[in-house]
Amino acid sequence: MAHHAPEHDYNDGTHAVHGKANVKPILRALAWIVGITAFEFLLAFTMPSSTLRNSIFIILTIFKAFFIVAEFMHLRHETKGLIWSIMVPMALLVWLLVALITEGSAVGEAIFSAYK
Amino acid sequence: MANPTTTLQNSASYEAPRSGTWDGGNEPFKASYGKLMMWFFLLSDAFTFAAFLTTYGMVRHRHLAYTGTAEAFKFSQAYWPIPEKVFNSFPGLHGMDIPLAFVALMTMILIVSSVTMVLAVEAGHRMDKDDVQKWLLWTLLFGAMFLGCQAWEWTHFITGSEHGLKMADGSTVFGANLQVNEYGPVLFADLFFFITGFHGTHVFSGLCLLTYAFIATTNGTFHKRGHYEMIEKIGLYWHFVDLVWVFVFTFFYLI
Repeated sequence: MAHHAPEHDYNDGTHAVHGKANVKPILRALAWIVGITAFEFLLAFTMPSSTLRNSIFIILTIFKAFFIVAEFMHLRHETKGLIWSIMVPMALLVWLLVALITEGSAVGEAIFSAYK
Repeated sequence: MANPTTTLQNSASYEAPRSGTWDGGNEPFKASYGKLMMWFFLLSDAFTFAAFLTTYGMVRHRHLAYTGTAEAFKFSQAYWPIPEKVFNSFPGLHGMDIPLAFVALMTMILIVSSVTMVLAVEAGHRMDKDDVQKWLLWTLLFGAMFLGCQAWEWTHFITGSEHGLKMADGSTVFGANLQVNEYGPVLFADLFFFITGFHGTHVFSGLCLLTYAFIATTNGTFHKRGHYEMIEKIGLYWHFVDLVWVFVFTFFYLI
């Protein structure tokens, strides 16, 4: 392991070896994340709490997550196979989360409201 | 048990060595073992946090929601509190109502630490030892700042307000712990401690990894190795911590 040389070439066009730092895409992702967060704060104080507002918050959060995973974690620049093997379980996980909350709420409703 | 003769007869079609993408001897994902395993570990870690968020969603659904205006809000164990009234303090500004400002600051600190981490990874690609050291130090600083902010927030949450909350039996509850809570239902405090605590533990392990990475970089370990992949792997972990915070922030402080 000590003499393991990386077989893949890091110099894939987006990174210059020993050259100048290429920070433009990083700063662009940062600008998006900060902008979205600022917008969320604006909404939190100007819009009354509602299902619509919560949906907007969740959608904006997923956008922020996209920038973190795609740009910061570099997943956008990985092979298709790696992208799919991360994103498919994540999509199933979100499905599971929604299903558990919906079903669980319905079951809870049925149990606790049955004798009212 | 397969018949050996049959196996031999069938083996004719396997004689030519196969050289497809998935036949071994290469990296189909063009990522090293360590990096792949970090990705799959993070996937499993996402399951843990998803379990927390599911619990949060269900528990919150089982409690009544506050329906009045934010101005008329009063703390009560009868309904789930609105976040801007629970998290409305700022260090050094005692007694002032500054909703969500401190958590906004914490969010910014963590996002900035994520950016400095990307810059460290990027410097590693260029084999620029000085830059890696510089950006790792910034990341360590912002990470420690975030953890310090969280310690302050927890202390404030646990200590509570001066007036506390009058309970039905005449007693007064100050602050929150796992059994009592002046801000709302007991489970609200429990989930706050568990979810932000579990995230804080992740930040702490991240800081340990970063400290190791900084020492190893300074010693020239990665430079001698010929690549800074360790920084990339720790970077993946650090970004995941940031990613989780983005979700915790939305579900705990905004919704």
